[in-house]
Amino acid sequence: MNDCYNLRYILRNSLRIMSMWIHLRRFPQALVLLFWLIGSSPLQAALDIEIFGGGATQIPIAIVPFAAEERQKQGITPVVAADLQRSGLFRLVDTTGLTPHEPVQVSYPDWIGRGAGALVIGSTTALPGGQVAIRVTLLDVARQAQLASYSETVPAEQLRAAAHRIADMIYEKLTGDVGVFSTRIAYVVKQGKKYALQVADADGFNAQSVIEYTEPIISPSWSPDGTQLAYVSFENKKPVVYVQTLATRTRKAVANFRGSNSAPAWSPDGKKLAVVLSLMGGSQIFLVNSEGGGLQRLTQSSGIDTEPSFSPDGQHIIFTSDRGGTPQIYRMPVSGQTSRAAERLTFEGSYNVSPHYSPDGKSFTFIHRSGGRFNVAIQDLATRQVQLLTDSQFDESPSYAPNGKMILYATEVRGRGILSAVSSDGRTRQQLSTQAGDVREPAWGPLPRLR
Amino acid sequence: MKKLLGVLLISLLSACASQTTKPSAEVEDKSVGTAPADSSSSAGKTTSPTLNPLTDPNNILSKRSVYFDFDSYVVKDEYRSLVVAHAQYLRDNSSARILLQGNTDERGSREYNLALGQRRADAVKHAMTLSGARETQIEAVSLGEEKPRATGHDESSWAENRRTDIRYQGE
Repeated sequence: MNDCYNLRYILRNSLRIMSMWIHLRRFPQALVLLFWLIGSSPLQAALDIEIFGGGATQIPIAIVPFAAEERQKQGITPVVAADLQRSGLFRLVDTTGLTPHEPVQVSYPDWIGRGAGALVIGSTTALPGGQVAIRVTLLDVARQAQLASYSETVPAEQLRAAAHRIADMIYEKLTGDVGVFSTRIAYVVKQGKKYALQVADADGFNAQSVIEYTEPIISPSWSPDGTQLAYVSFENKKPVVYVQTLATRTRKAVANFRGSNSAPAWSPDGKKLAVVLSLMGGSQIFLVNSEGGGLQRLTQSSGIDTEPSFSPDGQHIIFTSDRGGTPQIYRMPVSGQTSRAAERLTFEGSYNVSPHYSPDGKSFTFIHRSGGRFNVAIQDLATRQVQLLTDSQFDESPSYAPNGKMILYATEVRGRGILSAVSSDGRTRQQLSTQAGDVREPAWGPLPRLR
Repeated sequence: MKKLLGVLLISLLSACASQTTKPSAEVEDKSVGTAPADSSSSAGKTTSPTLNPLTDPNNILSKRSVYFDFDSYVVKDEYRSLVVAHAQYLRDNSSARILLQGNTDERGSREYNLALGQRRADAVKHAMTLSGARETQIEAVSLGEEKPRATGHDESSWAENRRTDIRYQGE
């Protein structure tokens, strides 16, 4: 970590506190959080070691095991706690010996004494027919007030999903941002000679294979509505782009032209895919309809143009090109035929690849190579400021969570591919549940559609 | 060089009579064509009618890999005769079709490596068309870093994987 990086880091910290202020103005009930921040600052150094870079803004939260949840096959509060902890924004407070399940049973001085800022209590009730009624209440300890409360009834096999929704609710109430604990991720597992494209919950549970082959699969990409995956399969001795519907498992080759077909990226309206084809020589970016057909050339260069990513408004793509001699990231408008009007965005270093827009369109994440290391970075589109978020050796394929707060990427630990996530301010990092085999090519899916 | 080419040409011609490429059992790309090989063209006398020149280990046509330097897609001189031999085979067997599969080492972005592998396949294709093969006989594709022949994580493995392979239809 060089001095320049440290400076940026400090700057980020101050920005973070500023944004907290703005945040607190929007959410006055959370004002009390600021005092925890100040109060906990002596601990920051220790927390810095425990959790990469983090600490200052962690919200101390106590989550009391729900009444009767131990009688269910799937506990709720362990899932909620793991979700919140994984975000890096929460610190779990010990609840031993205290078991309130209703607001009237809460003794606030006890929780103040334990340093809790927020308290989660609730209950589960088994109903006939395998249904479970869940009640949950979120309390502000300092103000001794209720922040949220709701109940829902779900089939017992959906308790995990219900727990993720509770974590989303808590996250939203206490941070003001949308929670992403109910989203899904896609990735590729290589085990021996088998490749599986899998979809799992954002915490790595409920993994299911979408397809399995003995030939490589790369570059999965979620349709904006989360019902389909585009990916590249090598089952036919060459790369071909398929779109597969998750519910029906039916699939279609949407780009199977002479030469190589790869790097699918959905337009935000889900109607088009940007793909990379060697059909007309070199590797160039084209548009095709997401149902196939409608071929249209987008880039026009003598170099390599690949890894397109649409801006959230669908007006631009960013992509990797070596037209300037080394692979760098460029941006160009999607509409209009003057496709040569591409603007170079990255200038630091000789290898910047794999760009993905942030959900708000204000920045992008990418892989930056420096001194033999490949690391996740983000660049602000307005200020052009670059932040390195990781210090590992071989990071690949970064993609944003749909709330823009985390970046999921592939990395290597002791020669094995695993998935990792880093907060977009670089302060929290963790490995996702590791399974056997090499895991790579992650893609974070969209928010579940409003019900 | 000329002498070598002459010898090569003769061995090619003599090999042609025995060349009857089996129609592909698994044709996945219609654009590659499905017609059986034409064996009547420029048939010379063959001394070993049972040997397929494409698989005869003594024939240069059985050599199928062109290696590249790091970060390069220039076909090196040492592979010139190999590329020319295949080009002339294609020229003399107008119904023959090949797939050129470019490969890269494992370092860096998978998609960017796919594009680099494409360049290595395109470079071989270009050299072959300059030596008499028709563009329509050759499909250049990339496997990027996805199908490494050597699975180590050292320079010798990486060098083995910086490669374009030549596959005849039906193989």
